[in-house]
Amino acid sequence: MLKSEKLRALILSLLILGVFLAAWQIGTMPFTSAQVVDDEYAKLVGAAASTGQKSAFPTPIDVGRKLVEQLSDPFYDKGPNDKGIGIQLAWSVGRVALGFGLAALVAVPLGFLIGMSRLVFQALDPFIQVLKPISPLAWMPLALFTLKDSGVSAIFVIFICSIWPMLINTAFGVASVRKEWIDVARTLEVRPLRKALLVILPAAAPTIMTGMRISIGIAWLVIVAAEMLVGGTGIGYFVWNEWNNLSIANILVAVFLIGVIGMLLDMCFARLQKAVTYRD
Amino acid sequence: MQSFVQVQALKQSFPSPAGEGELVVFDDINFEITKGDFVCIIGHSGCGKTTILNVLAGLEEPTGGHAFIDGREISGPSLDRGVVFQAHALMPWMTVHANIAFAVRSKWPDWTRVQVDQHVQQFIDMVHLQGSENKKPSQLSGGMKQRVGIARAFAIQPKMLLLDEPFGALDALTRGNIQDELVTIVRQTKQTIFMITHDVDEAILLSDKIFLMSNGPRAKLAEIVTNPLPRDRTRATMHHDPKFYEVRNHLIDFLVHRSKTFAAA
Repeated sequence: MLKSEKLRALILSLLILGVFLAAWQIGTMPFTSAQVVDDEYAKLVGAAASTGQKSAFPTPIDVGRKLVEQLSDPFYDKGPNDKGIGIQLAWSVGRVALGFGLAALVAVPLGFLIGMSRLVFQALDPFIQVLKPISPLAWMPLALFTLKDSGVSAIFVIFICSIWPMLINTAFGVASVRKEWIDVARTLEVRPLRKALLVILPAAAPTIMTGMRISIGIAWLVIVAAEMLVGGTGIGYFVWNEWNNLSIANILVAVFLIGVIGMLLDMCFARLQKAVTYRD
Repeated sequence: MQSFVQVQALKQSFPSPAGEGELVVFDDINFEITKGDFVCIIGHSGCGKTTILNVLAGLEEPTGGHAFIDGREISGPSLDRGVVFQAHALMPWMTVHANIAFAVRSKWPDWTRVQVDQHVQQFIDMVHLQGSENKKPSQLSGGMKQRVGIARAFAIQPKMLLLDEPFGALDALTRGNIQDELVTIVRQTKQTIFMITHDVDEAILLSDKIFLMSNGPRAKLAEIVTNPLPRDRTRATMHHDPKFYEVRNHLIDFLVHRSKTFAAA
């Protein structure tokens, strides 16, 4: 029954995709050549786009062609402003890995401390609540001003935005370890470090992993936005650059690949999460 | 013989929610346990049996009174006192072997892996769980999980064992089997044991002395009954002993009638 259900879901997905692509194709087909557009818009996007010709919103076929073109040579390097999409994505993923990694190194031990000590929790809570809702784009100018380097600023912004879910989930996971397991550790006179590593950490691991999974999603969102602002090499900068070139097809290719990479990152963490989950 | 465990004037109370005075769970609890004795404590819910066990384990501190083991005051949990919790309290991410090994390594951190494994296997065999060493608790039945809890407590060879209604969550058939196993183990190891139970027959089978608690609030240790049955009694035959029904009736009469109306003399 499960197999047939999966098959039916797949067919439905393909159907939805087909309908979407068909609607897209029809919507962008170049048979409207006498479109009247706003003067301001015409100035902004250039003559070609404003007369509704082929170089307006690309058709799915155009995008498909561009996708194949980009993927056929993803790692070319013709200078600082012209690199293959593979290189761009690699830079972005690299920044995410660094920012997320640093955030994890801070969030897990600090989360442990907060989870185990009510005093620390109450002391740090106001800071967490105020810093947590600040948008990455608001951090950007501060980072650029103090850190000066745009690459480092991007990593800092990832760090400061992706740390919160991990921190809060770690604290929550540690604080909610079942009392009976703690009592077992007490009756066995287990020393604090051993207790933390062998009892509290495995007990809290599923909650911590959930926090990490949320955080990696946020980190990936942030990097695209951050790179649009600071430039350099990266998929966010690639999108912005292609916007300046008015190559909507390239933008769509990039958007699609951003989605795919985001999905792959999430799948990795979902697998890690499964590995530490235990049935109670 | 110098008693092994001494409890004096033990009292447990909470500040009353209404704000006036305190809610006394039990007070003026005095008893002694001799080394090698198996003591069962029976009483209705709310009389504080688990609290007394937790005080002996060092997991809780009483509001008043003192508890001593081997001449020293109890002031915190210790490897000297092993605990079998009511709901097995196994670590679900560890296998059966790892759960017991965790306890063994806590007691003897300098042992080699081989020594630990051998010791663990001994106790897995003792509770008849051979073949389940690498299973996680979620793959075990309730009875098997409780057996692991027992093996874990026995494996550290503590001076005293505290069992909090260890068979309460099991069905009658499994309970019977494990009771028989416990009888055999206890006869071999001659451990000092303090156990909470609601099952009168279980108490008569297992224990040398039965502590009877009156009802809370202000519960007291009403009576200490010495088990008249011979030490080689078995579950299958003890009800043929003439003294069995005598002591059983006495216990049930207490629980049904006198525990409510008992007042310290």
